[in-house]
This record gives sequence, C-alpha cells and structure tokens, in this order.
Amino acid sequence: MASLTLPPAVKPWLRDHLLMGLAPREYVRSLVNPWDLFAMVVFAIGVPIYIGRFIFGLGAVTNLSQTTPWGLWIGFDMLCGVALAAGGFTLAAAVHVFGLERYHSVVKPAVLTGFLGYLFAVLGLLADLGQPWRVWYPLAISWGTTSVMFEVGWCVALYTTVLFLEFSPALLSWLGLGKLGQKLARLTVALTVVGVMLSTLHQSSLGSLFLLAPGRIHPLWYSPMIPVLFFISAIAAGLSMVIVESSLSHRVFRDRLGRVEHDLSPLVLGLGRAAALVLFSLFFLKLQALVASHRLDLLATPLGAWYLVELLGFVGLPCALFAFGVRRAHVGLVRVAAAIAVVGVVVHRLNVSLVAFDYALPVRYVPSWMEVAVSIALVTALIQTFRFIVNRMPILGDESAPHS
Amino acid sequence: MSYDRRKFLKMAGAAGACVAAAPAGAAGTAASLDGPAVLVDTTLCISCRACEAACAEFNQLPAPPETPEGGFPGRRETSTTAFTVVNRGADAGANGEPRYAKQQCLHCLHPACASACPVRALEKTPEGPVVYHADLCMGCRYCMVACPFGIPKYEYEKAIPYVRKCTFCFERQQRGQAPSCTSVCPTGALKFGKRSALLDEARRRVYGEGSRYVAHIYGERESGGTSWLYITDVPFESLGLKAVGETSPTQLTETALNAVPLVMTLWPPLLMGLYAFAHQGRTAHTPQHPEEV
Repeated sequence: MASLTLPPAVKPWLRDHLLMGLAPREYVRSLVNPWDLFAMVVFAIGVPIYIGRFIFGLGAVTNLSQTTPWGLWIGFDMLCGVALAAGGFTLAAAVHVFGLERYHSVVKPAVLTGFLGYLFAVLGLLADLGQPWRVWYPLAISWGTTSVMFEVGWCVALYTTVLFLEFSPALLSWLGLGKLGQKLARLTVALTVVGVMLSTLHQSSLGSLFLLAPGRIHPLWYSPMIPVLFFISAIAAGLSMVIVESSLSHRVFRDRLGRVEHDLSPLVLGLGRAAALVLFSLFFLKLQALVASHRLDLLATPLGAWYLVELLGFVGLPCALFAFGVRRAHVGLVRVAAAIAVVGVVVHRLNVSLVAFDYALPVRYVPSWMEVAVSIALVTALIQTFRFIVNRMPILGDESAPHS
Repeated sequence: MSYDRRKFLKMAGAAGACVAAAPAGAAGTAASLDGPAVLVDTTLCISCRACEAACAEFNQLPAPPETPEGGFPGRRETSTTAFTVVNRGADAGANGEPRYAKQQCLHCLHPACASACPVRALEKTPEGPVVYHADLCMGCRYCMVACPFGIPKYEYEKAIPYVRKCTFCFERQQRGQAPSCTSVCPTGALKFGKRSALLDEARRRVYGEGSRYVAHIYGERESGGTSWLYITDVPFESLGLKAVGETSPTQLTETALNAVPLVMTLWPPLLMGLYAFAHQGRTAHTPQHPEEV
C-alpha cells in the first residue's frame, strides 16, 4: 500500500517538469485561455471521430469511394505533413554538415517540428489504413520490394526514428539524464547524414507514388519529374516552415529564449535567401515539366487556370517576394513570402493527390466534415505537443541552460 | 512456390532491400507471359449473364440481380460483391444488334496492383492469375490507385476490410478446371485457353476475309498486355474498354526505384566530404571530432 503514495521527491519533480512550476490549481487555471479552450473543443470533436473510425470502419467516417481510394488523410496529413516537416533535415544539414553555425539556434525547433510532423502524419496514416494494426507488415512480414510505398514505409519509419534520436538529448535532459543525452548528441553528424539520405529518398518517393497512374492524373500535374518536384518543393516548404515557426515561436515563447540573441532578422533573411533560390529552381523545373507534357493547350481550361495559380501565385510570387524582401532587408516581407510558400506546398500536394487525380470523374471527392475534423485535430495536437515540449525542454534557449 | 519466392526476396532484402527491387520488378515468368487467357468475342455475347451467376456462386457472393425489362439503366460497375458484370455498349453492332462487354480483372502480364503492393498481398502467380493474399493486406489501397482499369474494390463499410476482385478462379485452375465464368458461356463469347493460341485465333477473326471487326485486339498490348483479350465490331470506348496506353505501369516506377541504391550509395560519402570541406581547420572549435563521426 505504501508504494502507492508518491515519494516526497516526486511531487516537486512533477510540478517543475510537468506543471511548469505551478501548483496544480494554478496550472489548470492557466489553461483557461482562448487558444487552449479552442484546442479542447477541437479534440472533443476530433478524438471521438478518430476512435470511431476504428470501430465503425472507413465508410462511416470518410467520403472515400471505389474511385477515390485516397482522400484528405493521405493528401493532407501524409503528403503535406511530411513536406512541411522537411525543415528538420534541411536545417540539420545546413548546420551540422555544411557548417553554417549561425543557424544553430533554429536547428532544434526545426528538428522538433520535423519529428512531430512525421509522428502526426503517421497518426493520420493509421486512421487511413484499412487494417492499421498491420502497419508494420512491410517492415517485418512481407517485403513488396517493387513498391514505391514499400520504400516510403521503410524511409518514414527509419527517419522518424532518426528524428526522435536527434530530439532525444533535449528529452533526456528534461528527464535528468543529461549525460546520456550528451553521448547521444555525439551522433549528431552521422544522424544528419542518414537523415538527409532518407529524406532525399522518401520526399521524392511520395511523388513517385503517383508515377504509375498516368491515365488517372491530369496531364498538367502528371510528369516523370514528379519525384524531383516533390523533393525540391519539400526543401522550399521546410525552409519556409522554419521561418514561419521560428517567427511565431519568437513571439509566443519569449520567456523560453534564455540567452539566445533576440534579433531573429539576420537568420530570417538568410533562410529567405535560400528559399528564394530553391523556389527559383522549382519554378523552372515546373516550367520544364509543363513544356515536356506537350499539353499547353490545357492551360486554357478551368483546371489549367488553377495550374497557373499554383505555378505563378504559389511558386513564382513567393520566390519574387523572398528575393525582394532579402534585397531590401525587409523581414516582414520575407515572412509573408514564407507563409505563401507554406500554403503553396499544401496546394501542390492537394492538387496532385485530390484535384488532378481522376479529374474526369463525374462525381468528385470532397472530404466529409469528419475527415476535416480529424485532420484539424491532428494539426492542433501537433501544435499543443510542440508547446508542451518547448515550455519544458531545452529547445529554444541556449542548450547549456536547461529549464530549472 | 510463392513461399519460396517470398523467402528468396527476404534474403535478397537482407543484403539490400532496394537493390533487390530491380530483379523483382522484372516480374513475369515465361509461364505467366503465355499463361491462361480468355478471348472475349463481343459479337457473340447475348448478355445471358450466366457468367455473372457462375462467378457469384463460386466466390460465394450474392446472386446477381435479374435483368430488368429493357435492360439495366446506365453502366454497372464491379463491386466488392460482384467480381464481374456484363454491360451493354453504347453503340450497336451489325444488324443493329446491341453489343455487350463482360468486365472483370484483366489479369495483366505486368500488373500495376501487384507491383504497387508494399506487402505482396497482391501477387502475379507464376501460373498467370493475379491473386490476393488477404492475410497480408494492411489496407493502404495503393493497388486501387495503381490499377488503370479500376478493378480492385474495397470493403469501406466493414471494420475489418479487405480488397475484393476476380482471381481468375485460381483454385479451379489449380485443379485443372476452367474459370467458372468461361465454363458456363453458352455462345462461345468467352473462350478459355493459352494466350498465344487465343491471340492467333483473335487475329484470324479480326483480320480474316470479310471481317467486320475493328482492327484491334484489346489487351494484346494494353498496359503492357493482359490475359483477357477483347475483339469487337464497335468502338472499344463504347464498351467501356478505355484507351490506357501500351506502357506497362510497372516500368514507370522502376526508373524511380532504381535511383534508390544510387542515393543510398552516393549521398553519405558526398555529405561526409562536404562536412570535411566545411570543417577544415575548425575541429578545435566544434564538439564533433572527425573520429567520432
């Protein structure tokens, strides 16, 4: 019986580590704020649907059909989630491999965003799989080596592990196992190299998934270059996401920054310069794919107009804004460009997977409100987990000054 | 047979999963390229739909609905409970007779579904039929994305769902019997036999003297070739037989997968080289010493 009562040392530990040093009552009171209340409402709707999907089946929750096997959970949660999480490998490579040390302070949050992005993408995938309890089959039971999906599965599983290992020094430090964390941190360069390799493979392969359906994807979006377009746009998305996320974090978590310099501007401008170059390449790669499709006539159709919106509005425009903003040292403009580029990658992924897919069907797929509710809940859960971790573990501040 | 192949692939995979992708991608043994096939002569079909009934009986599916007066309104599709359906074509043939086409899995020579399956739940058997191992399927539905004919159907309404499709009566064929649909066809519209022999037969009918057939054998080259072959005297599109191109979809992803071993071999040394270049003379300041890498 005595073992059930908490030892005296545990209570303060819990208070310091979980409740941010507040008494339980104070902590609960701190949750009464517009954002946390909004999150609770989102979870109250999304979580029962997520659970219900496993009890009642995909048909009861989604608008998927025999002609539209992949919907919002693959198109948004998986494809967009993984692309927007690309900042993890991009920034890790920049700092740990290319030696661009001045971006050091944004690597950890980028890696955390990456890890959580993959984690919640996998949660979305679990909802989408018909038999999610078999999700590990491609890893251990039966190897479909001719399948792009097989390659994606392996890479995502391995890279999520890599991201977890990259993030774990902060986790271990929070748990009071900082020494172990320091040992793990020595693996950083090796993990980064493996991470870049795995990311190159699966970021492009998420596009390759669509290579074998040429007849079902609108000619403007189908291209043998899909893997390259997915990879390059993922880098643009990753860089833009780091700009957006670090700019938001800088405001929201001001007290967590510790001794880190408070002026983000040089970093944002540097990242913006990189993003401008990447989007510039992407713009011309897309032009190449467009010309090679030999279907410029389709630009005069409604879907063609939408293609031009994607190309000019979500690749060309942010590219120009990045370049202009960096030249004028206008940080605000760079942030606007980053936000447009982030939306742009979402638009591209949804276009390939939903809009261009089976574009000629008389009845088009539109996600059910329940699919949307689950996706919103997963994004909200990602943000809440990010906040939980940043408020407790040494992510944003100087690494030598963990929260105490 | 399939077990041995699986075991071999596992071993090959242990040596390098992605290197194994290339030989495994070149699926299709001599037997499966000239395996069992069916020639559908749509000019002989009278839409008695005995094939539908026989299919439903063998696969323990609900009996197909009776043909309503004046025919079914609109096209019917195969479903999780009907692996084959006979549809009336939009155009009439000679003498104004309607034309019908039976729809089912075409059992491609290089099936996109099997190449897309990450767990080999869909398998192109060495004998020819494309079969489904329900015990392996995790329900990713990539086969449904891959199939150019839209054949695999999913049991969305079930909590434990599976893919359902025609298996070319693989069990019956194993016992030396013809598929249930072809064995009941009263007019010879469905002819079961070896693919090479049926192609010869189809050519005789299509290109023979006084032929009214459209000069094309659907399935000879479609999507890299299929086991089911169609000939008709009306436009193929009017029978719901879509122009899908001749490229085998498996080729389209093979190129991308072939890049995998390259990236795995080239990226690490390239990145380590960049690391060494970027950290020249900086080892004293950085926590990572080269020997720890």
